Amino acid sequence: MNQPFRTEDSGRIDRSRPLKFTFNGKTLQGFSGDTLASALLANGIRVVSRSFKFHRPRGVLSAGAEEPNALVAVDIGNGMLPIVRATQMPLIGGLRAESQNCFPTVGFDLLRILDYTRALWPAGFYNKTFKWPNWHAFEWAVRRTAGLGRLPSGTDVTRYCHMNAHCDVLVVGTGSAGLKAALNAARAGEDVLIVEQDRVAGGTLLYDRAAIDGTAPDVWLEDTMSELNARDNVRVMLSATAAGYYDHNVLTIHDRSSAYRRENPVEIFWKVRASRVVLATGTIEQPLVFGNNDLPGIMLASAMHQYANRYGVLCGRRVVGVVNNDLAWHSLFGLLDAGTDVSSIIDSRPSVDDQLVKLAHDRGIEVNFGATPVRAGGSGTVKGLVYLDANGRTENIACDAIAMSGGMSPVMHLYSQAGGKLRYDAELACFLPQACRQPVSVAGSANGEFAVTCTYNIGSRKRSPAKTSTQWIDFLHDVTASDVELAVRENYHSVEHLKRYTTVGMAVDQGKTSNLNALTLLGELTGRTPGETGTTTFRPMYTPVTMGAIAGNRQGDFYQPAKRLPAHDWHAEMDAEFEDYGGWDRPAYYGHDREASIANESLIVREAVGLFDGSPLGKIEVKGPDAAEFLNRIYVNTVPSLKPGKIRYGLMLTENGIVMDDGVFVRLADEHFLINTTSGHADSIVSWLEEWHQCEWPNLDLVVLPVTSQWAVATVAGPKARDVLQALPGMVDLSTECLPHMSIASGAFADGTQYRIQRVSFTGELSYELNVPADHASEIFDRIWKIGQVHGIGLFGVESLMVLRLEKGFLHVGVDTDGTSNPIDIGFGKIVANKKGDFVGARSLMRAEDQRTDRRQLIGFELDVRGDTVLPGAHIVTGSGADRRTEGFVTSACNSPTLGKTIGLGLLESGYERKGKTITLYDDGRIVSARVVDACFYDPSGERMRG
Amino acid sequence: MLRIPCLYCGVRDEVEFRYGNDAHVSRPSPAVSDAEWSDYLFNHTNPKGVHFERWCHVFGCGQWFNVARDTVTHEILAVYPMGNPAPDLEE
Repeated sequence: MNQPFRTEDSGRIDRSRPLKFTFNGKTLQGFSGDTLASALLANGIRVVSRSFKFHRPRGVLSAGAEEPNALVAVDIGNGMLPIVRATQMPLIGGLRAESQNCFPTVGFDLLRILDYTRALWPAGFYNKTFKWPNWHAFEWAVRRTAGLGRLPSGTDVTRYCHMNAHCDVLVVGTGSAGLKAALNAARAGEDVLIVEQDRVAGGTLLYDRAAIDGTAPDVWLEDTMSELNARDNVRVMLSATAAGYYDHNVLTIHDRSSAYRRENPVEIFWKVRASRVVLATGTIEQPLVFGNNDLPGIMLASAMHQYANRYGVLCGRRVVGVVNNDLAWHSLFGLLDAGTDVSSIIDSRPSVDDQLVKLAHDRGIEVNFGATPVRAGGSGTVKGLVYLDANGRTENIACDAIAMSGGMSPVMHLYSQAGGKLRYDAELACFLPQACRQPVSVAGSANGEFAVTCTYNIGSRKRSPAKTSTQWIDFLHDVTASDVELAVRENYHSVEHLKRYTTVGMAVDQGKTSNLNALTLLGELTGRTPGETGTTTFRPMYTPVTMGAIAGNRQGDFYQPAKRLPAHDWHAEMDAEFEDYGGWDRPAYYGHDREASIANESLIVREAVGLFDGSPLGKIEVKGPDAAEFLNRIYVNTVPSLKPGKIRYGLMLTENGIVMDDGVFVRLADEHFLINTTSGHADSIVSWLEEWHQCEWPNLDLVVLPVTSQWAVATVAGPKARDVLQALPGMVDLSTECLPHMSIASGAFADGTQYRIQRVSFTGELSYELNVPADHASEIFDRIWKIGQVHGIGLFGVESLMVLRLEKGFLHVGVDTDGTSNPIDIGFGKIVANKKGDFVGARSLMRAEDQRTDRRQLIGFELDVRGDTVLPGAHIVTGSGADRRTEGFVTSACNSPTLGKTIGLGLLESGYERKGKTITLYDDGRIVSARVVDACFYDPSGERMRG
Repeated sequence: MLRIPCLYCGVRDEVEFRYGNDAHVSRPSPAVSDAEWSDYLFNHTNPKGVHFERWCHVFGCGQWFNVARDTVTHEILAVYPMGNPAPDLEE
């Protein structure tokens, strides 16, 4: 197939491997070794996208990571990926690419109307315009108009993983400077990791024919790479971008070397810890600012050079160079030597080195010094250039491409992220590294060292005398010189303000080709040098990294470690409906009808006996001579007076006096305690105890041992609980005389299995928590289940447990308390008053604020109308109309199957004083009336659980 | 990301640790005034420069220790056991 702009034979492409691809539905051909951009240019495709705001036609500007225009949607058979830089996308056979941000086609876009009415839409126009009635009235329309590309739909077939690496030296960039640094380190025996964002190592060596130390660049590159590849202390990563530079020399690398393939695509996100780092990140050529400088066909001079020599692609038939520096002359010579007709060079400097002029004249290039570009001509693509010559005369020159160069800007992103300070070099008109606290050095052109024989001097970076509204500064965000002028007129003089007001440099390219021009113009308008205006902050990532790569494996089933009950399968067989409770998969209820199941399960516990899996209950052993003293300082409740074999309920506070956790604690022996925490806090309470022990009271002699997952807990509750459990062979005497409420015993079953049985109740019924080693869980559940059949045993899940405990008025910390609840607020005032000695949070409770009687206090309530419902979270309100205010809220509520009415708990201002009073609940727009009652609705004397 | 030299395990990534606020804060007795108690609870230093703080190697040995860290450069200047006095880092 015809590739009209392909050279006869040059370039590092494999002409024996042609590849077919489509662009906007049209089938085209390129070669292996092409990027999508080079293949499009070879086919003479000029317009590849429409601009972000004004929908102006845009073409390829660069040949690398800095590309602001050629962002396309790409599909290699795994789904459409938006905002892919065509300049970095390797050409793959069968690749399907589409333009973004255009309708109906990239050649004819209806929204170009925005461009023709551009004067109406300056920087900040939406802040000023879309205010009435409010922004949301316009948002939908603006969102449809703006934006780039569409999110991919369907399943992401790419796999993502995180990897780690360590090295002595990390070298970023494989131009001559990077490779020299790598070679030196490797020869010195250091462990070297080399990272290159391109698919091929070499950097500018891949297209610049200038000799390296007297050797041809191809030869030098091949020799160097073969030595490096042969060494086992050198690793080379290609298609891998050093994305971020963090503290302590930790860098992240986005590795796409296995990403662009149809089968099993993988992206790897590396975390590298390097003893030292060499940044040989090179430079990015900057555009010049003149009228219509965004027309397709206007490209960076070095990019054209690269397309010609590396890809064998000519970017125009008749090229004009518009430059302000020596390096660009070398690019233009390279272009001409590759077969492009470079007719003239427009240089803004009054004169240049004689040798350069001679080189130009030898090649028949017309040179114009002291000349200023005014504007490019043409509509869909460039057709000519208007410029002012040294005498101020307007001249016209015909061309089909313009190679522009506003000088080189070293890539300082990583250096700056490392904490490096930059300095402005007026002669090179760019920012260079100055000093950095981290062990990092900068080599080569990134450090202002240019590998050409000429002196690299740069002229000014002034904008042209054309209308400033046609002079583009940020191609990707459509910011013009007039936008910068407007910002300065409106007093946005700080570079950070300028950025936010005009959005210059805020697009996905992060201003790689716009920041320097913007802040130079800002300096010009405010009488400062770029060094004085400074740069905006360089932030990771250097180029966009897919969200999947950042997430790595941590998605789907791997999002967090699954926590399953030891008897999970047994419950599943019993028809359990599992839900996530604090990370645990637990039976919410059994059966399929949620409401009916919960009601039935609750009634079975009240009337016969129920079996519940309480295994996630937090279990921590605290052992040692000072265990009692330690726990006494942790709990609100008194610990030392507890006798061995007995159990007491306890509250833990934060040091600010707020209720943090509750649960029972057991004295197994004089110096041995077992404490229970809520399931969700099992881990954090271990940390809490360790922190207090290690940091505050290291002299107390004890150890803290988490044993939550070592014991499975079968909770048997209900009037017939004792009958069921007593039938287990080897069970201790469960009579109240031997094992009263709030006491513990241990024993062994006939097969030798050790168990602990604690008589505690969260349901209000006679209840035992039988602890067995976790690997016996299914077996013990099965045995209890079978023995219980004659007593009408039923299973109950977390949801019915919540109903049962609510009927009993047992609070659930974190549900019935919030971040303001102290123990006095929830009915533990007496216990606080009786406690001897200091404990965590004690001093806070002495503050006047904590003692106030009009605080939100825990109350019980019943709805006035039977059968009515209210949701937790409903507000308790007082007053009406504009004076209505919240005086608390509902924390728990249910229709009690046992009591046949709707009951709940809540936190209410002065709640204790309001027993018997009527309160008003505001439930999602509905007003519900209720009466304050004791926060215990069922068996207030506790006879059932004590019996 | 910080690389923290655990006093007991050696250099590890920050993700293995839990930060635990200022070191060398002494817990007042309940006899202090509300103002002193409030200082202990809420008023902490936020220096530009050397900061003494506590870290716990939660995904490792589980031990707490003290760290002297420069809040500007994030350099870790010293690690030392709980209970030890802050080192003199003046140069």
